[in-house]
Amino acid sequence: MDQPRGRAFYLLAAVFALYVLFLYGPTLTILALSFQGPSGGLTFPMNGISTHWFAKLWEGVGVVDIWAALRRSLALGLVVMALTVGIAFYAGLAFRKGFWGAGLVFALAVSSLIVPSIVVSLGIGLEFRLLDDAIKALAAATGWGFLQDHGTLMGLYSSALGAHLTWTLPFGLLIMFAVFNRFDPAYEEAARDLGASGPQTLRHVVVPILAPALVGVALFGFTLSFDELARTSQAIGGRNTLPLELQGLTTTVTTPEIYALGTVTTAVSGLVIGTALGLTLWLQKRRARRALAGL
Amino acid sequence: MSGLTFPLPPVERGRGGGGADGTAPLDPAPPPPPAPPPRGEESRVAPLRPRRALAYLQAAPLALIFLIFLVIPLVLTGIVSLWEYNEYEIIPALTLQNYADVFDGCLSADLCTTLRTYLSTVKFVALTLAITLPLGFAIAYFLAFHIRSGTVRMGLFLLCTIPFWTSNVIRMISWIPLLGRNGLINDTLRALGLIRQPIEGLLYSDFAVVLAFVHLDTVFMIVPIFNSLARIDRRLIEAARDCGASGAQILWTVILPLAKPGIAIGTIFVTTLVMGDFVTVGVMGGQQIASVGKVIQVQMAYLQFPAAAANAMVLLAAVLLMILGLTRMIDLRREL
Repeated sequence: MDQPRGRAFYLLAAVFALYVLFLYGPTLTILALSFQGPSGGLTFPMNGISTHWFAKLWEGVGVVDIWAALRRSLALGLVVMALTVGIAFYAGLAFRKGFWGAGLVFALAVSSLIVPSIVVSLGIGLEFRLLDDAIKALAAATGWGFLQDHGTLMGLYSSALGAHLTWTLPFGLLIMFAVFNRFDPAYEEAARDLGASGPQTLRHVVVPILAPALVGVALFGFTLSFDELARTSQAIGGRNTLPLELQGLTTTVTTPEIYALGTVTTAVSGLVIGTALGLTLWLQKRRARRALAGL
Repeated sequence: MSGLTFPLPPVERGRGGGGADGTAPLDPAPPPPPAPPPRGEESRVAPLRPRRALAYLQAAPLALIFLIFLVIPLVLTGIVSLWEYNEYEIIPALTLQNYADVFDGCLSADLCTTLRTYLSTVKFVALTLAITLPLGFAIAYFLAFHIRSGTVRMGLFLLCTIPFWTSNVIRMISWIPLLGRNGLINDTLRALGLIRQPIEGLLYSDFAVVLAFVHLDTVFMIVPIFNSLARIDRRLIEAARDCGASGAQILWTVILPLAKPGIAIGTIFVTTLVMGDFVTVGVMGGQQIASVGKVIQVQMAYLQFPAAAANAMVLLAAVLLMILGLTRMIDLRREL
């Protein structure tokens, strides 16, 4: 392929450049507009530059407690991240060994990506409602005191957590597959030959080698959860996550405040992505350094 | 079905030599191998049974989560879709009324609401595919074949995927300052004297919905197609060129057939995303455009669970049929 750049190259390069502009342009526009002056509106021109709308955002948006929603989304995202890394890693190990029903579990993971989110969400919502009904019926039938004022099992760390995991785990699993495909079992065998036990091999050999990929899975877990909307919509109790509140605000807020909110959430996502990428680079550098030192 | 599209990792084999590989997992108490095992000391080889049991233990959380949050909910949705309901409660009594309601009036000459909604949604699928497929292929092709440095390729690839990690709602809202009546596009066109009146219907229209779908979902085309293209053996292309194939012929007869699995995965992704969508159509359509997902959402809001469940079942069936059609069309079995 080492030929001089042809017409096709410049044409495709132009398509690529336009696509990147299309991808980032709108977001950059609202980042700029969130610093709109106090008298500015939803569109250009900018009437001065200020942090007025961030200050207003800090005071709260109408009746919605946006900061509580942000805290909830952050907390849930971290829990989903930890669970996704742990569960996907061990599942990856299990698939490598092979087990009866591996094909079925894999089919389930792929289905979880393919079934429309609204259907999954509705199913989980129904499941928890029926569970609540059953508990209430049980309470009425038995008169057990501790069941009498049962509200709902639906909530951030039950139904919403499950809904998020159906979305993050398939991605995590696919990444683990890709990673284990390239993983050389000779390292493990060497460790075992040197007398390492199973857990020792895992802790001192497998995990350090896979660390950058595990950071990647964590990144996927957190960001997919932090921005997840469709699957959460029917599977959350009364207290919404940030994307749900955001969706509600699109119809009611008509000031640059909503752009300021967009800037803040994008900054959070960007911070997480940046940290993860930085961490991966650092891990790889450190490994390269150690490998050199070992020579 | 599409489970074929992702290669399973190779099962680790022959770790301990002898009979202790994956070929006879359920063999009760394997007899000691007649010949000495190739790896010397037998004690070093992890015994078969605990390793198997460990695999089940390691896969259990994943399987359990899919059971509780995917399988059971779908089964329950199927069951509830056959239940009766009134304004106050759902009644566990079998009826097909919910499905009859979904297709109410579909046998008459006029299009019924459901059919119209599906047609509108399928129209969005077709338009989105018509744009994201060539666009995604062009970008994946550019990255895979025209960028020579691996680092640059990775960097540009990341550039395409980073927005995927930020909020979809924010990315939709970000079109307001561009498409609005006094937005950047209308203002520019007016300043240039091309139009007098601002163009209505840039925002909150079918156009805006498709634009947002392309904006949000092209990445789902780029990644799998790029993955397929990156695996193509470059010698095949050299061989085709040596045999006198033109650029277009190479693209059509060599690259495109080899990219089919990626194209299929991307198409399946985009199809299901658009079919089940209610957020994009809601926000970009100004809550005025119907979509299947939105019907379900509204019915849930009015606590008409059996009706919503019946709609969800019909949607699921429609999506599965479309995927089946796609996999038939490209014959994935033969590709892999």
